Amino acid sequence: MTQPVLTARGLTKRYGKVTALDRCDFDLMPGEILAVIGDNGAGKSTLIKAISGAVVPDEGKIELEGAPVRFQSPIEAREAGIETVYQTLAMSPALSIADNMFMGREIRKPGLAGKLFRKLDRPEMERIAREKLNELGLMTIQNINQAVETLSGGQRQGVAVARAAAFGSKVIILDEPTAALGVKESRKVLELIQDVKSRGIPIILISHNMPHVFEVADRIHVHRLGRRLCVIDPKEHTMSDAVGLMTGAIEPEAA
Amino acid sequence: MSAPDNYEAVTAGASQDVAKFDDEKKGLIGRFHHALHTTPALVPLIVLVAAIIVFGLVLGSKFFSPFALTLILQQVQIVGVLAAAQSLIILTAGIDLSVGAIAVLCSVVMGQVTFRYGVPPFFAVAFGLAFGTMIGAINGWLVSRVKLPPFIVTLGMWQIVLAANYLYSANETIRSQDIEAQAPFLQFLGNKLKLGGATFTLGVVLMLLLVAILAYVLRSTAWGRHVYAVGDDPDAAELAGVDVHKTLMSVYMVVGFICALAGWVMIGRFGSVSPSATTGVIGNIQAITAVVIGGISLFGGRGSIVGSFFGAMIVGVFELGLRMAGANPQWTFLLIGVLIIAAVAVDQWIRKVSA
Ligand SMILES: Nc1ncnc2c1ncn2[C@@H]1O[C@H](COP(=O)(O)OP(=O)(O)OP(=O)(O)O)[C@@H](O)[C@H]1O
Ligand SMILES: [Mg+2]
Repeated sequence: MTQPVLTARGLTKRYGKVTALDRCDFDLMPGEILAVIGDNGAGKSTLIKAISGAVVPDEGKIELEGAPVRFQSPIEAREAGIETVYQTLAMSPALSIADNMFMGREIRKPGLAGKLFRKLDRPEMERIAREKLNELGLMTIQNINQAVETLSGGQRQGVAVARAAAFGSKVIILDEPTAALGVKESRKVLELIQDVKSRGIPIILISHNMPHVFEVADRIHVHRLGRRLCVIDPKEHTMSDAVGLMTGAIEPEAA
Repeated sequence: MSAPDNYEAVTAGASQDVAKFDDEKKGLIGRFHHALHTTPALVPLIVLVAAIIVFGLVLGSKFFSPFALTLILQQVQIVGVLAAAQSLIILTAGIDLSVGAIAVLCSVVMGQVTFRYGVPPFFAVAFGLAFGTMIGAINGWLVSRVKLPPFIVTLGMWQIVLAANYLYSANETIRSQDIEAQAPFLQFLGNKLKLGGATFTLGVVLMLLLVAILAYVLRSTAWGRHVYAVGDDPDAAELAGVDVHKTLMSVYMVVGFICALAGWVMIGRFGSVSPSATTGVIGNIQAITAVVIGGISLFGGRGSIVGSFFGAMIVGVFELGLRMAGANPQWTFLLIGVLIIAAVAVDQWIRKVSA
C-alpha cells in the first residue's frame, strides 16, 4: 500500500463553545486530487487551515511524508511545500498583482543592488506574474501593476490560484477556487488543477460545485459536523449520494 | 433526452490577447485622479508649491529667498524627522503618541550620560540611539504580542517617558555654553553648511537623507512591501506569508531609533538639552498633522513618506509666511486645521477607485 503524502489524526479545534473540528482524520495520497465536500460550517476551511498552519489545532497530529509536523504559521507550511488558496484569498488590496504574488518570497536584484541594498527585481517579478496569469488565461487583466482592489472578484481569485500553482511543491490546497469565477475561468482553473496533478503534486480541492468535484476528483472526502464522515469514489457514487451523505440524508453504510 | 449542452466548448474560440482599452477617453479629471492614485504625494506637493508661490507673491523677496526658504527647513527639521517616524507607524495602521516624548528623553539621556557619568559624547549619542530603539521595542512588543491597541500603548508610553524624563533629569537644563565647551559632538547636527544665502544645518541634511532612505526602503525592498501589506490587512498578510510580528517589531524599533535621532537633532537645533522642550508635549500631534496633511491614510497601507515630508514643509511655510505677514499666529492653527480636514477629504476621494 502506498504511503499517504499527508495524514491527520484526531484533529480538534474549538472556537469558544463552537467545535469546528471534532477529532477529524484526513489522508491525502500521492498525486491525487482529493475533493473535500460538506455543508456550510461543516469545518472544511478549518480543516485545511489546520493543515496549512493558519490555525494551530488544539489536539491531534499531522504528518507530512511520514514525518510529524506542527506548523505554527502559514510561513512554516509554505516552506514545507504546502501552498494554499484561502477562501478569503489573503491579498493586500492596495498592493499590485505582482507584489501580492510574491508576498513573502520577493525576488531581489542580482549583484550589489540586491545583496547590499536589498533592491527588489520588479521587472523579473512582473514578468513571472504575467506569465503565470497568462497560463491561467486571465487575459482580462490589463496591468500587472494595478492594485488588487481594482480587480473583479473573479480576477482576484484567479490571481490567488496562480500564486499557489506557481509555488506549491508538495501539496496545493484550494478552498473554493472557482466560487466567483466565470465559465471560461472556472474551466481554466480545472485545467490547471489537472496540470498540477500531472506534475505529480497532489491537490486538496474544497468545492460546493458537484459537477466540478465529480469531474476532477480521484476521491471525495465527505465532511460533516467537524469530522470525516467517509471517503467515496466518484466513479462508484452519484452526485445525489454525495449530497445525501453530506447533508445527513443518507448514512455512510447505505451509500 | 438530448446530450447535455456542452456550453464550455464555445470558449475555445475566445480571444487569447491581453485586454486593452483606450486610456485617452478618461478625460482630464479621470487622468488626474489616476495620477493621484498612483502618486499619493502629489497632492501635498501641489499644496506646498502653491503655498510658496502665494506667500512669495504677497511677501516678495523677504519670503522668496534662499535664506527664508532654508530657514523653513531648519524650523521643520525636528517635526520632519518625527513625521518620518510617525509615517511608518501610521502605514501599519497604528498611531504613535510617544514620538515627541521619546525624542526629548533621548536628548536628555545623551546629555546626562555625557555630563553626569563622563562618557565620551560619541558613545553617549550611541547609547541614546540604542535607548530610543529599546523604547520602540517595548511599544512594538505590546502592540504586536500583547495585542493592545497602538493608541493606548503609546498614550501610556507618552506619559511614562515624559515623567521619566523629568524625574531622571531632575528638571535640569544642560546649558548650551557648557555643551559647546565640553561636548561639542552633542551639537554636531547644528553645524551649518552655507551655499550662497542658503543655510543648511546637518540636522536638515539628516532629515532629507532619512526621508530619501525610507522612501527607497518602503518602495523597493521586501520589508517595505511587508509594512504596507501589514497596514492594509494583517490577517491577509499573515496568510500570504508575511511575518507580521517581525514586521511590526522592526517598525516600532526603527521608529524608536528615529525618535532618538530627532532628540539628537534637537540638541543641534537648540544648543542646550532641556527636559521641558515643547516637543515632548506637542511633538506627537505635530508629527501626526504632517503625516495627515501629507496624505498618508490613518487606516494604514496607503500613502508615501515623501508626502509626510511635504506635509511638514507645508506647516513650516504657513508658520513662517503668516508670521512674516504679521498675522496673528492663531491664523496658522486655523489654516492647519482646515488643511487637515481637506487632506482627509482628498484621501477619501482618491480611495474611490471606481471614479
Ligand atoms: N475564527 C473563528 N472564530 C469562531 N468561530 C469560527 C472561526 N472560524 C470558523 N468558525 C466556526 O467553525 C465552524 C466551521 O467553519 P468553517 O469555516 O471551517 O466551515 P466551512 O465548512 O469552510 O464552511 P463554508 O462552506 O461556508 O466555507 C463554523 O461553525 C464557524 O462558525
Ligand atoms: Mg469554508
